[in-house]
Formats: sequence, C-alpha cells, structure tokens
Amino acid sequence: MTGTAAPLFAGTSLNARDRKIEWLVRALLGLMTALLILPVVIIMALLVVEGGPVISWEFLTTPPVDGMTAGGILPALVGTVWLVVVALIASVPVGVAAAVYLSEYAPDNWLTRAINLAIINLAGVPSIVHALFGVGAFVLFFRFGTSILAASLTLAVMTLPVVIVSTRESLQAVPRAFREACWNMGATRWQTIRRIVLPNALSGILTGIILEVSRTSGETAPIMFTGAAFFLPFLPQGVLDQTMAMSLHLFVITTQVPDAPEALPFGVALVLISMVLAMNALSIAFRVYVRGRKKW
Amino acid sequence: MNPQALARSRDFDHRGRAWYADRAVTVFVFIGGTSAILFIGGIFAFIAREGLGFVFTEFDAGEFFGSIAWRPTSALDATYGALALIVGTASITGLAMVVSIPFSLAAAVFIGEFARGRVRETLKVLVELLAAIPSVVWGFIGFSIMNSLIIDIFDVPIGLNVLNAGIILGLMAAPIMTTIAEDALKAVPDGYREAAEALGATRWQVIRKVVIPAAKNGLVAAVLLGVGRGFGETMVVLMASGHSINLPDSVFDSVRALTATIAAELGETAVGSDHFRALFTLGILLFLVTFAINLAADIIMRGIRRKGERGRP
Repeated sequence: MTGTAAPLFAGTSLNARDRKIEWLVRALLGLMTALLILPVVIIMALLVVEGGPVISWEFLTTPPVDGMTAGGILPALVGTVWLVVVALIASVPVGVAAAVYLSEYAPDNWLTRAINLAIINLAGVPSIVHALFGVGAFVLFFRFGTSILAASLTLAVMTLPVVIVSTRESLQAVPRAFREACWNMGATRWQTIRRIVLPNALSGILTGIILEVSRTSGETAPIMFTGAAFFLPFLPQGVLDQTMAMSLHLFVITTQVPDAPEALPFGVALVLISMVLAMNALSIAFRVYVRGRKKW
Repeated sequence: MNPQALARSRDFDHRGRAWYADRAVTVFVFIGGTSAILFIGGIFAFIAREGLGFVFTEFDAGEFFGSIAWRPTSALDATYGALALIVGTASITGLAMVVSIPFSLAAAVFIGEFARGRVRETLKVLVELLAAIPSVVWGFIGFSIMNSLIIDIFDVPIGLNVLNAGIILGLMAAPIMTTIAEDALKAVPDGYREAAEALGATRWQVIRKVVIPAAKNGLVAAVLLGVGRGFGETMVVLMASGHSINLPDSVFDSVRALTATIAAELGETAVGSDHFRALFTLGILLFLVTFAINLAADIIMRGIRRKGERGRP
C-alpha cells in the first residue's frame, strides 16, 4: 500500500476535456440568456428615464388637450378600466365553467380533444382576426355598435384561454383524495366541487384572473375597431359608449400625432407597461405565496 | 303499480334539491366547456360571412397570390394583389425566427438544465414578465427607439424596415418559445438523465445526447408556436415595418404585413364594400394559416405525450 496507486475516481485527460466543453457551453448559453433579457432591461430603463418626468398626478387625472399634444391621460386610463372590468364579467364565469368541466367532468374522448384544440386556437388566432370577429359579430351582427360592450366581448373571447388554462391547472392541483373523501360522505359532484375543489383552488383561479387583467389591458388590435376611440375627452357613461384606451392612445400619439412632444409617448408607454407588469408581478407574487403555504 | 310499491320506490328516490342542483351545474359547465368550440367556430363563421362574399365574386386567385398591386381604394380599377403583403409577413416572421429560435432554445436549456435555485427562479420570472409586455409597447419601441438606432448604426435613410420589425418580433416571440421549450425539457423523465449520468456523462453530454433528442417534438412544437405568434402579430409590424407595399431586396427595405394591412385599413372602409370584404378575406387567410400551425404543434405535442405514457411503468 504505497501512495503510487492512482486515485480510483480521478478524471482522465479525456474527462478534463469534457468538463471544459461543458463549462464553455454553459457560459455560452448563459450569455445568450442574458442577451435575451438584457435588451428589455435596457428598454425599461430608457422608458423610465424618458417617460418618468412626464408622469405627475396631473398627467394621470386630466384629459388630453391641444390635439393630444399636451394634458393627461385620464379618459384612456378610465376607459381601460371599463374595458377590463366588462371583459372580466363576461369571461370569468364562462372560463371557470369551462375549466371545471375540463377538470372535473370531461371524459377522455374526441369532444374533450376538440375543446382543447379550440382553446389552443383561441389563444393562437392573431389578435387582428379577433378584431375582425368582433366587428362582424358584436358591432354589426348583434348591433352593439362600436362600444365598450363590443370591445370588451371581443377581448373576453380572446383572453378566455388564459382563464381556462390557469383555472384548470389549479383545479387539477387539488389532490384526488380530497374529492374521494367528499364523495364517500355522500356529496354530489357539485357539492364536492363547491365545498372542496373550488375553495382549495381559489388562489390559483385568482392568479389566472390577475393574469387576464394584465393581458386584457395591453391589447390594442382587438379594440381598435370595436369600441376604442382615437380621441374622446369625456369619460364613458355606460357600456354602449365608446371610450379611449391606454393601449390605443399609445399607438395614436406615437404614429398619428407628429407634433406631440417627444417625451409624451414615453410617459404613456411607461404608465401602460407599469400597469401590465404590476398586475403580472402581483400574480407571480401571489402564486409564490400560495405555493409556500400549501397544505398538501 | 300499486300504491305501496310506489311509496317504496319514492323512499329510494334521493332526487332532492342537491340532485337537481348537480344536474343543472353539469349542464352549465358543459355549455361553458363547449363554448371554446362555439367561439372558434363563431370566429370562422363571422369572418367567412364577410370574406367569402368577396372570395366568390371579385376574388381572383392569380391576382391575390401573384400580384403586388394592393390598390383597394382605386376608384376605377381596384386591384387586390396580396403577394407583397404575404412576402412582407414572411420576411419579418422569418427574420424574427432567425433571431429568436437560437436565443430562446439556448435560454430554455440554460434555465431548464443548468440554472439552479434562485438564479433559475429569477430567470423564469423575468421571462414571464418579458412575455407580458403588450405588443403596442413593443411597437412603440420599434418606432421610436430601434428606428433611430438602425439609422445611426447602419447609416440607412429609414429605420422602419424588415430588420426593425424582425428584431422586435423576435424579442417578443422569444419568451413564449422559451417557456414552451423549457416545459418540453422538463417533461423528459429524470430517470433518463440519471441513467446517462451513471454512465459518466457530463451534464452537457446528457443534454445533447439524451435530453434534447427525447424532447425533440416539444422543441419543434415550441418553434412552431413561436412562428404562429410572429405570423399573427399586428401592432409591432404595423408600427415598426414602415408599412409600404414592397418586395424587399434586403432587410433594410420597408415592407407591409397582412395583419398590419387589416389594422390600417379596416377603419377607413365602408361596411360591406369590396374593400371591407377583401380585408376579411385576408383574415380568412390568417385564420387558416395559424389554425394549421396550431394544429400541427398540437399533433406533435400529443405524439410525445402518448409516447411518454407508453414509457411509464
């Protein structure tokens, strides 16, 4: 037993080469990941630097004036809230019902596969095609005219998959044993869902709804022709009124108002993206919190 | 049936309020569940309702797919050649994929296989936030930031071109592709990795020889969904591509996309006019192509799911 024997698990030179390659690949992939994320961080910083000075209490609470070259964004902010709220009222019940069906009732047959395919396609159809649908169906066929109602219903159809998918996931995360215990007590399917499944999945459903708010408030194309107006300095009074919206307002003052001061669109973009990202961050934080205190 | 037997059968009939509530809910959630099919069918029906009227009258396939003359507003001789729009969409989407496929697959492998713990969670959250940025904000970035950057760097007269829209669209499609690709990598059973590691493979060897081949279908589906996303994107191509009818010679030429044409012109057309219906015809084309892409991605995905089930003990 002298010290000359080679250690059993020492790497050969070949191993060393493999390790080096792995290290290089890892560095390269990490670099590419950083390159993917970095531009966005820079862009955000730019938005804050350029748009930050524009934002004030007055900016948020006054309507635009002088051909939208000055003033604030109040009607657009209020309009976006209207659009989102009406869209939620329409899509959340349908979306949750669909998710309950898919998670609790649906057998594994052609119909369920067709539903799943339809959901994927609803999410994948271009937003401008949703806009055409909104014009053809809600504006013209159902005669809602260009109104908050037509625009919100278009948005509701478009964001339905967000609610369905996230709700279904959270329903399926409830352990099957919970349901079985309840059935064994003689409860009906619905009693089980209402008393056991939905309460345990509630936080996940809320996460999905917040995510939908974030999606809905940023959409532009679907509302362009269904209910959002270029310029309307009044606040909407009901669902049959037209309204301004943050997303369309950003488009309009960027491309259609050439003499708007350069910082103004940055300010609008900053407010819009802050709204969307705040909602998204809230939903992520909520998810992490829920995951942390899950009981099973 | 005698009265006694009737009474006895009532004793066994448990159809109380709960039973009827259960029935009602079953019907309600079934309607909700099938609503997705109803909506996708409705979308096609309503677009076809406006668009097919055009397809069967004014429509000339040779002109539509072969001519670049999109002159719907010409009073005397309106022509509807969509070739330049199709090429515009294809060139922007193509460049976007060149930008985003390598980066998103790299990011997916890095996040899914190399990154651990806090780094991984942070990257995932960042990618998710990236995906949340509204398209109009991306369009704005293209219009006001990328535009001047491209003019300065490449010394060209216009910065609103294929390059601009392609890069922005690539950045926009990347987070979605990354997320789906990472899911595909995650779906590869850990047993595969452990088996390879037990044979002495380094982590990169495991990824290259085991994980990526096993996740191949999911990765293809991720790329397909990214293509579908880029193909259908509207605001970015409207704001960043220059919006001029043109067959591009280089990435510095302005082009015009199918989606952007609808977005720019729908507001100015009379309801029911040829021009209005021609725009819905473009909508039919967009709908069918994205439907085909999504269907293909779904079939490929289902392929792996089924294989996964068979492989399970």
